[in-house]
Amino acid sequence: MSYFEFLAQYGDRIISGTLVTIVLTVLASLLAMAIALAAGLMRMAPNLLVRSVATVYIEIFRGTSLLVQLYWIFFVLPLFGITLEKFTAGFVAVGMNLGAYGAELVRGAILSVPRGQWEAALALNMSPAKRMWRVILPQALIIMLPSWGNLLIELLKGTALVALIAVADLMFQVKQINGTTFLSAESFGTALIIYYILARFMLTPFMRWLERVMQRRLGRA
Amino acid sequence: MSNEGMSGFPLAIDGGNKPMVSFKKVTKSYGSLTVLDSLDLDVAEGEMVTIIGPSGSGKTTVLRMLMTLETINGGVIYVDGQPLTHMPDGGRLVPANNRHLRQVRSKIGMCFQHFNLFPHMTALENCMEGPVHVLGLPKKEAQERSEELLKLVGMADKRNQHPSRLSGGQQQRVAIARALAMRPKVMLFDEVTSALDPEVIGEVTNVIRKLVAEYNLTMLMVTHQMGFARDISDRVCFFYGGKICEQGTPDELFGNPQQERTKQFLSAVKEAV
Amino acid sequence: MFDWRWDFTWEILPRLLVATGNTILAAVLGYAIAVVLGLVLALAQRTPSRALTAVVREIVEFIRSTPLVLQIFFVFYVGPQFGLRLSPWTAGMAAIGLHYAAYLSEVYRGGLDSVPKGQWEAATSLNLSTARTYFRVIIPQALPPSLAGMGNYLVGILKDTPMLSVIGVAELMHTANAIGSETYRFLEPYTLVGVIFLAISLPLAGVLRLFEAWVRRKLGMS
Repeated sequence: MSYFEFLAQYGDRIISGTLVTIVLTVLASLLAMAIALAAGLMRMAPNLLVRSVATVYIEIFRGTSLLVQLYWIFFVLPLFGITLEKFTAGFVAVGMNLGAYGAELVRGAILSVPRGQWEAALALNMSPAKRMWRVILPQALIIMLPSWGNLLIELLKGTALVALIAVADLMFQVKQINGTTFLSAESFGTALIIYYILARFMLTPFMRWLERVMQRRLGRA
Repeated sequence: MSNEGMSGFPLAIDGGNKPMVSFKKVTKSYGSLTVLDSLDLDVAEGEMVTIIGPSGSGKTTVLRMLMTLETINGGVIYVDGQPLTHMPDGGRLVPANNRHLRQVRSKIGMCFQHFNLFPHMTALENCMEGPVHVLGLPKKEAQERSEELLKLVGMADKRNQHPSRLSGGQQQRVAIARALAMRPKVMLFDEVTSALDPEVIGEVTNVIRKLVAEYNLTMLMVTHQMGFARDISDRVCFFYGGKICEQGTPDELFGNPQQERTKQFLSAVKEAV
Repeated sequence: MFDWRWDFTWEILPRLLVATGNTILAAVLGYAIAVVLGLVLALAQRTPSRALTAVVREIVEFIRSTPLVLQIFFVFYVGPQFGLRLSPWTAGMAAIGLHYAAYLSEVYRGGLDSVPKGQWEAATSLNLSTARTYFRVIIPQALPPSLAGMGNYLVGILKDTPMLSVIGVAELMHTANAIGSETYRFLEPYTLVGVIFLAISLPLAGVLRLFEAWVRRKLGMS
């Protein structure tokens, strides 16, 4: 069949898979950002125990592969009493994995905020929490945005692995289609193109727009 | 590269008195900005010509085009009688291909404002690089030649040091030795003291004085060191707006400038010193 | 709750260690391909031909923006659709090598761009040929800034080898899956896989940092 016929017949499944991929990406991103913020801040805490917990988490999730983590969370966690439904296991694994990388970005960005900012906040008698929230983090945010853009693309690509635990995302759908039709070029090729469009023509411009918005809000445009 | 007007240009320049370097109606522009405007400039063999002028006057561009670091938009440049920017092809001049460029370019050497020594090689290795890998000299011969030149510029004891360990003046002297190791017929000095601390400028200018005194090299220099230029040049050209505004012997140009612009420039420079 | 069985652990460990050999082999081979191919891709973006640069650029972006696991499936299954049978190893190496070549080409580009323009000019003034300029002057200076990125991707490619399990390459993950399906016990195999990866990647990262410092010293550019 021609490519158009292929799209006509399987288009709805591909679109449904794409929507699942997008939802997974959004959920995993939110989780990753929350974890990155927490772990990044924990890495800089004065308390040794707090620091160590964060460090151990980061080293484990950065030192092993996402696929291994995904399988572990889905197949092994139930033995510890934590049974996650596969969709949840999917975005949790991706979120925790990229949250570890994100933690380093957060830490690096916070450290890049000029020393004078900390001192000025102190001179105004701000509490540490207020100082972090009102002064440091907003400035750190701008610094980290470009690197977060790259991280989110990695996150989008990471969601493809959930197909291996049978979550019905884009990857899963085209794998099924290939399984029945053997039209590998059309099925996998279409998926590649869709991921490409999502990453390069939607995610990246969105991040650039976000950067511009933030810069304006911080009076630096 | 422009092909227009190639018919007015000779395929080669012959004769006993032929200039070593010859710019014929050379034009260079960046978009709508004309940096060099139909420049005619001849430099005789063994002559030392200094180019002075305000920034934007095109003086550095002259050197960079001669070293083929910039392309040419009009006219032809000749080196040692042969066209550099163009080559003869069936009785006409056409834009030069890479092979021709490399062949003619081998007669020219250049020293830069920021030295541009190779940081991952020692001073000696920097000097040997060209002779070994371009001229094909055996390592031993290249080493002898390089060591001799490093001695000439007063850097023999630092020959196994990396550039990061050398001061600006020392690096520039090594850079001069490196360029000389290729035995060029024409040496170009592009503001070689402008990036140096005042107290080490003398080291470098003394080396150049030595070169002028002991060698019959053709040299073109762009500099802001007016006193130095006056001392050692055979001829000084004052550039303004992409053209030679005035030229003459050092005494003529510095002592008795004719053009209004030349006078303005020279008095402004005097005040700055 | 969990009941870790040590006897089972020792039983499966040898099999997993043998598979680890395959994992390491796959990573090394894939990386070797990526190092060379990545340089080709980086240099292809520096030719005078604007068309070639633009095309290669898009290809690199495309590979970097799409999932590796999908690329692996594509390479493995598209072949047979047009009559070309690739073994899992061949397809896997091709896909992972190409994927990481795209990443490395960006690292190289950054390194090459970081070499000051004056170096190119000095090479021209000494009349060095293009090849010599690249090999003797530019690439040695592009190397130290590139090493950190190259090291990261070596660790990265090692951690991505489990994706080859999806087309049947008998590396660590594939073996763990097999053990899991045979014995219905996933706890020990998957945990061991995680431990083995940590045991390799953490020291590797440390060694790479030392290597980077050594190269900088050797090139006299600390």
